Amino acid sequence: MIAVSQLSVVLGGRRVLHDVSLAAGAGELVALCGPNGAGKSTLLRALAGLLPDTPAPDPRLVAYLPQGARCAWGLTVEQVAALGRIPHRDAATGPVIEALRLCGILALRLTRVDRISGGEARRAMLARVFATEPDVFLLDEPTADLDPAASHDVMRLLRVTADAGRTVVVVLHALDLALRYAHRVVVLADGRVAADLPAADALPAAAAAFGLAFGIDPEPRLLPPG
Amino acid sequence: MIRRLALLLALLFAASLLIGDGIVALPHGIILAQVRLPRTLLGVMVGGGLGLSGAVLQGALRNPLADPGLLGITGTAGLGAVIAFYWGLAAHFAPALPIGGLLGAAIGAGFLLGFAGRAPSGPSLILAGVAVSAIAAALLALALTLAPNPFALAEITFWLMGGLGDRTLSQVALAALPILLGGAILLRLGPGLDALSLGEDTARSLGVPVSRTLHQAAMGTALAVGAGASVAGAIGFIGLVVPHLLRPWFGERPGALLLPAPLAGAALLLVADMLVRLAPLVLPMSAAPPVGVLTALLGAPFLVAIARRAAP
Repeated sequence: MIAVSQLSVVLGGRRVLHDVSLAAGAGELVALCGPNGAGKSTLLRALAGLLPDTPAPDPRLVAYLPQGARCAWGLTVEQVAALGRIPHRDAATGPVIEALRLCGILALRLTRVDRISGGEARRAMLARVFATEPDVFLLDEPTADLDPAASHDVMRLLRVTADAGRTVVVVLHALDLALRYAHRVVVLADGRVAADLPAADALPAAAAAFGLAFGIDPEPRLLPPG
Repeated sequence: MIRRLALLLALLFAASLLIGDGIVALPHGIILAQVRLPRTLLGVMVGGGLGLSGAVLQGALRNPLADPGLLGITGTAGLGAVIAFYWGLAAHFAPALPIGGLLGAAIGAGFLLGFAGRAPSGPSLILAGVAVSAIAAALLALALTLAPNPFALAEITFWLMGGLGDRTLSQVALAALPILLGGAILLRLGPGLDALSLGEDTARSLGVPVSRTLHQAAMGTALAVGAGASVAGAIGFIGLVVPHLLRPWFGERPGALLLPAPLAGAALLLVADMLVRLAPLVLPMSAAPPVGVLTALLGAPFLVAIARRAAP
C-alpha cells in the first residue's frame, strides 16, 4: 500500500502537481498515463520520497526505477542487479539470480551493462528493482527502449507480480499496454488527476487527455503473444 | 589479485630504501633511518591517499576525469605552506611549513563544503572545487609576486612542484594522522559509491544518504590529500590515473576499487620517486628533479589516452 493525498508540488517556479491524491493497494497494478509534462514522473518521485518535502519510505519495502536510468560504469548485469540488495545490507545471490531470470537476462549476467543493447540494459535496471524483493514497485517507463514482444513480457511480469500481492505503480506511455495489463488507469493532465478508472473503462478518458479520437481499428495489427 | 598488489608494494618499499640520489646501494644506518625511510614512508602515505581519493571521487561524482586536485584542497594546502614560508616562519620553526599546509587544507575544506551547500550534489561539489581552486591559485600568485627575495621565490617554486626528499620523520608523523583518518572515512563509502553509479535518485531510493556520502568523500579527500600536499607539495595525476589502471583488473564497480587504490597509488608514487632519483645516473642533471614533474609528464599523455578511449 502506498499513497499520497492532496499533494501540490512546485518545481522551478512552475506548479507541476495540483492537489493530487493517489492510493495503490496490495495486489494492484496501477498505470499512470497522460501527455508529456502532465506530472507523471513527479508523482512517482513523490511516492518514492524523492521530493524535498516527501517522507522517504523504507527502501527495503519500496523500490523505485527512474526514467532513463543508466549506469555510469561498466558493471556487469549481475552487479547492477545486486545493487538492489543494498537496502538489505546483505550479499544474497538467490534473489539476484531470480530477478535476472524473471527479467529474461540471466544469460547476460556476466556481460558488461555498457556492452549490451538499450533494451537489455533497461531490463538489467528492472532486475535491480526485483532483486530488492520490495512490497511496492514504482517504475517510470520500464518498457521504454524495449521491442514490442519484450514490452509485453515485462508487462505480464508486472501483472503477475501484482496478482501475487505486491503493489505496482507504473508510468506508461504505451496506452495499449496500460489498458491491457493494468487493474487501474490513472490519467494525469496538467498536474491534476483527470480520471482514475478500472482499465476496462479508461479508454475514453485517456483518449480525451491526449486529445485523440478513438474507435474500432479495422487495420491489421500485432497481437500480444499467447 | 590484491595480495599480489600488496606484495608488489612491499618489494617497491624495499627497493626504495636501496636507492639514493643517483646511487644504488645499501646505505649507512643513519641515512637509512633519517633520509630513505621518511622519504619512502611519505611516498606510501601520499601515494596511497591520492590513489584512494581518486577512486572515491570518480565514483562519487560518476566522472572518470575526477581527480583529488579538482576539489582545490591541494591548492589551499600549497597556499598555506607558502604563507608560512613567506612570513619567515619556516626559517625559525621547521614544522611551520607542513602546519601552514594543514591549516590551508582545513580552511580550503571549510570553503569547499560552504560553497557546496548543506545538501550537495555531484555538480555543486565540482563547482565548489573549481571556485576554491581558482581562489587558491590567485592568492598563490599574489603571494609569489610579494616574495621577499629571489631565493625565497626559487625555494617556494621548487617546493610547490611536489617532492618527497629532505622530509624528516617528524614531518611524516605530522601528516600520518590526518591521512589515516581520511583513509578510514573514505574506505567505508563502498556501498554508497556502488549505489551512486546508477545516479543520485536511485541511490537515494536505495536508502543511501547521498549528501552525506558526498560530504564524507570531500572531507576524507581533504584530510588524506590536504595533509599529503602540506608535506610533499602538489603531486598531480596519481589520483586520476590509479582508478583507470585498476579497472581492467578489479572490474568497474566503484566499491571494488577502494582497497586496491591506495596500494596502487603508493606503488605508483614509489616508482615515480625512484625514477627521479635515478635520473641523474642517465641524464645530465646534478640533482633529482621534483617527483611532481615526472607524475605530470607521465600523467598528461595518459589523460589524453583516457579521453580518446571515452570518445565514441
